[in-house]
Amino acid sequence: MKFLVALVASLIFSAAAVALPANGLAPDALIKSISSEVIDIVKADKEIQSGNAKKAAELVDKKVAPHFDFMRMTRLALGREWRQANAGQQKVLANEFQTLLVRTYSKALTEYKNQIVDVKPLALKAADTDVKVRSEIKQSGAKAIQLDYYLQKTNDSWKIYDIEVAGISLVTNYRESFSNEVRSSGIDGLIKVLQAKNKSGDTVAVKK
Amino acid sequence: MKTSFVHMKISVLLLLTALLTTGCASSAGGNKDPLEGFNRAIFAFNDGVDQVILKPVATGYDAVLPTPVRKGVTNFFGNIADVFIGINNLLQGKVSDGAGDLGRVAVNSTLGLLGVFDVASNMGIEKHEEDFGQTFGRWGADSGAFVVVPFFGPRTVRDTAGLVLDVATDPVSYVDHVPTRNTMAGVRLVNDRANLLPADKVIAEAALDKYSYIRDAYLQRRRSLIYDGNAPREAESE
Repeated sequence: MKFLVALVASLIFSAAAVALPANGLAPDALIKSISSEVIDIVKADKEIQSGNAKKAAELVDKKVAPHFDFMRMTRLALGREWRQANAGQQKVLANEFQTLLVRTYSKALTEYKNQIVDVKPLALKAADTDVKVRSEIKQSGAKAIQLDYYLQKTNDSWKIYDIEVAGISLVTNYRESFSNEVRSSGIDGLIKVLQAKNKSGDTVAVKK
Repeated sequence: MKTSFVHMKISVLLLLTALLTTGCASSAGGNKDPLEGFNRAIFAFNDGVDQVILKPVATGYDAVLPTPVRKGVTNFFGNIADVFIGINNLLQGKVSDGAGDLGRVAVNSTLGLLGVFDVASNMGIEKHEEDFGQTFGRWGADSGAFVVVPFFGPRTVRDTAGLVLDVATDPVSYVDHVPTRNTMAGVRLVNDRANLLPADKVIAEAALDKYSYIRDAYLQRRRSLIYDGNAPREAESE
C-alpha cells in the first residue's frame, strides 16, 4: 500500500504556512516560504521529531492555520449537505474540521525525516484568482511525491482551500464519510462525531 | 520453480477475479463500492491479521534495525521491483520512462552494490511506480468495483487481475534456493510494513471511518496514477 506512505509524507508538507503581511506573496512564493519555514522549525526541534504532537500542533496553529480557508474547505467537503446546516452549525462544523485537520497535520509533522521539498514555479496572470501550486517531495529510494495546493485569492491574500497529496484530494476524501454521516444521523450527528473524535486525541484543541 | 504457496496465492486471486467479473462487480451508476458489505468484512479480517501478527513483527524490526540498514533493505527490494516497473512502462508505450527504469536496475545493481545503494536517484534517474493494474488501465480496461483482497488489501477488480500478474512475475519467487527465497519474501514483507508504521498513526488521527478513508484514498490514488499525476479535478457539487 505505497499510496499510504505517499499520503503521510506529503501531509507533513501540507502543514506549512508563514505569517505574511496583508499584501502577500504570489501563491508559489507563499508556499515556498511556508515549506522552508516549517521544515526549519521541525529540523531544529527535537521534541517534535521525537513525537510531541502537541508541540507540533502549536506550530501548525501559529504558522499554518492562518493561511487556510477552513470555511470553504468544510463547505466543499460537505457538498450538497452544506445547505442543510444553519449558520450556527456551519460555524461549528468549520471549527471542528479545522481542529481535525490541525491534529492530523501535527501528527504527520512528527514523522518528518529529512525530505526535501521542491516547489514548482507558477506562471501567474494578474487576473488569476484560483490557482494550483505544484510541489514535489523528494526522498531517496522512492518515487517523488506530488503535493499540490489549491489557493483562492480573497482581498489581496491567497488562502489554501484544498491539498492534493499524491493525487488524493483532502476535501474529496472526507466528502464520502461526511455525507454518509449526515445521511444517517443528520448535521448534528456529524458534529457529534467530529467533536468526539477531536476530544479523543492527545493534541491541543484549536481555540477560537 | 515457484512454491506451492505462490501457486495458491495465484489461484485464490484468479478465482476472486473470475467471481467478481462474472458477478455483480460492475460499479453501477454513482456507487463506487457495490461490494461494501463483503469488503468491510475482509478489511476487518486483514486488520485483525495485521494487528496480531504483522504489525508487532514490523514494530520490532523497526526498533531494532538502524535507519541506514532499513534504507538499504528498501533499496535492495526497490531495485528488484524496478525490473517490472520498467517492463510495465514499456508495455504502456512509455519508452523513455521504461528505459530509465531498466537503466536504474543496471546502475544500482553494479555501482549500487546489488541495489543496496540507490545511486541512480542521485544521478537524476527518477524512480517510477507502475504495475500490471495500471498497464491494463492504460490499455483501456475499466477499473470495476472496489475490492478488498484477503491479505493484500484494497484493489479494484482490474487491479486484482493486475495483482495476479504482479505476483506471478515477482522475481523473488524465482529464486531456486527455498530458504533464501522465503527469507527474502519475509524480510520484504516486514520491511514494507515497517515503512507504513508512520501512516498508521496519521490515519488513526485523520479518519472518521478507517475503511472509507482508505478506500477513498486508494481510488483517488489509482485514478491519479493512471493519469500519471495529471488527473482532472473532480467536479464539486455545491
